[in-house]
Amino acid sequence: MWVIYTLNGLYFAALLFLTSLGLNIILGVMGILNLAHGSLYAIGAFMAAWTIIQVATKAPASFLFLSLLSGLVLAGVVGFLMEKSLIRAMYKRTLEYQLLLTFGALLLLEDVIKMIWGGQAYYASAPFDLLGAVDVFGNVYPIYFLFVMCITFLAGLFIWFFMGRTKLGIMLRAISLDREMATGLGLDIGRLSTFAFVLGSGLAGLAGALVVPTTPALLGIGMEPLILAFIVVVVGGLGSLKGALVGALLVGFTRSFGIAIFPEIELPLLFLIAGIILVVKPQGLFGR
Amino acid sequence: MIKNQRWIAYAVIFVILLFVPRLLSIHDLMLFEYGLTFAIVGLGFNLLLGYTGLLSFGHGAYFAAGAYTVGMIAKYLPGAYSLEILIPAALFFSLILSIIFGFLCVRHTKIFFSILTLSLSMLLFALLFKLYHLTGGSDGLRVPLPTLLGISFKGIRRPEFLSGTYYYFLLVLFAVSCVIMRGIVSSPFGKALQAIRDNEVRAELIGIRVRRYRLYAFILSGMFVGLGGALWSFVNGHVTADLSHWVFSGEIVYMTLLGGFGIFEGPIIGAILFTYLKLYAMGNTQYWMFVIGATLIVLVLLLPNGVAGAIAVLLAKLKRKKALEGTTC
Repeated sequence: MWVIYTLNGLYFAALLFLTSLGLNIILGVMGILNLAHGSLYAIGAFMAAWTIIQVATKAPASFLFLSLLSGLVLAGVVGFLMEKSLIRAMYKRTLEYQLLLTFGALLLLEDVIKMIWGGQAYYASAPFDLLGAVDVFGNVYPIYFLFVMCITFLAGLFIWFFMGRTKLGIMLRAISLDREMATGLGLDIGRLSTFAFVLGSGLAGLAGALVVPTTPALLGIGMEPLILAFIVVVVGGLGSLKGALVGALLVGFTRSFGIAIFPEIELPLLFLIAGIILVVKPQGLFGR
Repeated sequence: MIKNQRWIAYAVIFVILLFVPRLLSIHDLMLFEYGLTFAIVGLGFNLLLGYTGLLSFGHGAYFAAGAYTVGMIAKYLPGAYSLEILIPAALFFSLILSIIFGFLCVRHTKIFFSILTLSLSMLLFALLFKLYHLTGGSDGLRVPLPTLLGISFKGIRRPEFLSGTYYYFLLVLFAVSCVIMRGIVSSPFGKALQAIRDNEVRAELIGIRVRRYRLYAFILSGMFVGLGGALWSFVNGHVTADLSHWVFSGEIVYMTLLGGFGIFEGPIIGAILFTYLKLYAMGNTQYWMFVIGATLIVLVLLLPNGVAGAIAVLLAKLKRKKALEGTTC
């Protein structure tokens, strides 16, 4: 059984890592905590579910990637529009207004989702069923979960390479380290911020698209991942990619083993651990 | 002179409020009572946001602490179920909770403070939600009518209770809260908080113990919010774990901004307006979150000082105009 719990922990961590990575990039580069991040996750989930339902009978082999792509792209587009129309006006404003604006966007987007896709649940388990299960040390385990881990690994690798090695990534890191200095060096902060926001939104959409074959797309689906991503960010440290990874693993394993051992207090346990870490290390594990 | 005028205005408003039950229908009166309880919440919240400069996204936790104190006593200690015990008990438990959470949170400021308060309130949410046997889980707890100074309200229906004794009880507590909060913000302690808000480093250099003062503000704020939560629970008749959910905390932030957090009376106006706005949106469209969200965005973009701020600007303009006319005559 422990193998399964460990794999489940990795699976939770993978989804969480994608969500909190997006949140963390936006927070690091723009200094804005996007409360509507969960809504972008939900948009990705609904879009992917819709795509799967549309094409499941026609092209059963390729729809998996199609659904992921559609979720990622739509969330990215919504993120782009959001940044251009709303967030842009907020750079010079104080924290209260930034948070409240994204809170307003959250409420608004929840109802936009309801307007577009209606109030019903979308069941899109076709990819999950299609991939079937595999034998892992004598335990039956769904291949889809392993697929999610692979995709997350690739995405994480891509972001790591992108942030560490490419010019664009280095510019983004420069902004998150010292905004004023970056402006002084002539970086186009506005355009780079838009890019960071779209990237973060896309990652949230991808996470939503990945989760949808295992759980139906429902209204409010983005709320829990948002809170868990907050915990990851708090525990891992603001704006740190390494922190996001370690935080996601910590939260993922706590959830997986918590559900197995203390099903009633699994969530409070998570908060307890986060609280202890913060008392010992107020800046988070990898915070500056 | 000006100070005097303000207190005269307060007194006049209080006298008008005494007659509100005669003027409004029972439905509108209940809404107004919701508004009054949230006004107390807004006052408490604004001590932290407007006067100390800390934005909490988790004040639903203290609201829930107050409300659940009432619900739990109703369930487990029905013998003690009277207002004169319930209110101090609610204050006590919100005090305890805000000491614990506040101690953790005031080590941080800005975004970190907001995320931390949010996460901690979600901890309480998770506990209230999961500990089904104790707290009723997602069903919540029922809040029956309490007794007051030995007077029992058995046989009276809730609307009658709310439009009679309870309205005056609520009004008195509201007035007392206003006076106490007014005292706090104009005391040396309140001035110190404002100094911390405006310049933390300078405040520390002149000898203000910044973190400790923030903690005091946090605790006071939590107690006011807890009082609001307890008073709210009687109007609502039912408490659920959602009160500690961060979206509910967001609504508290929203109403404070709607009224304007730069002004003492702002949150009061905001709370009452928000109650009506939310009900109106919910009654007329299934997309009420859209309406609330869009209003919030417009507010942030166009009216950053809230309704009270806009009125204050308008009044100042009128005054200047009058003064100008006076000089030309």
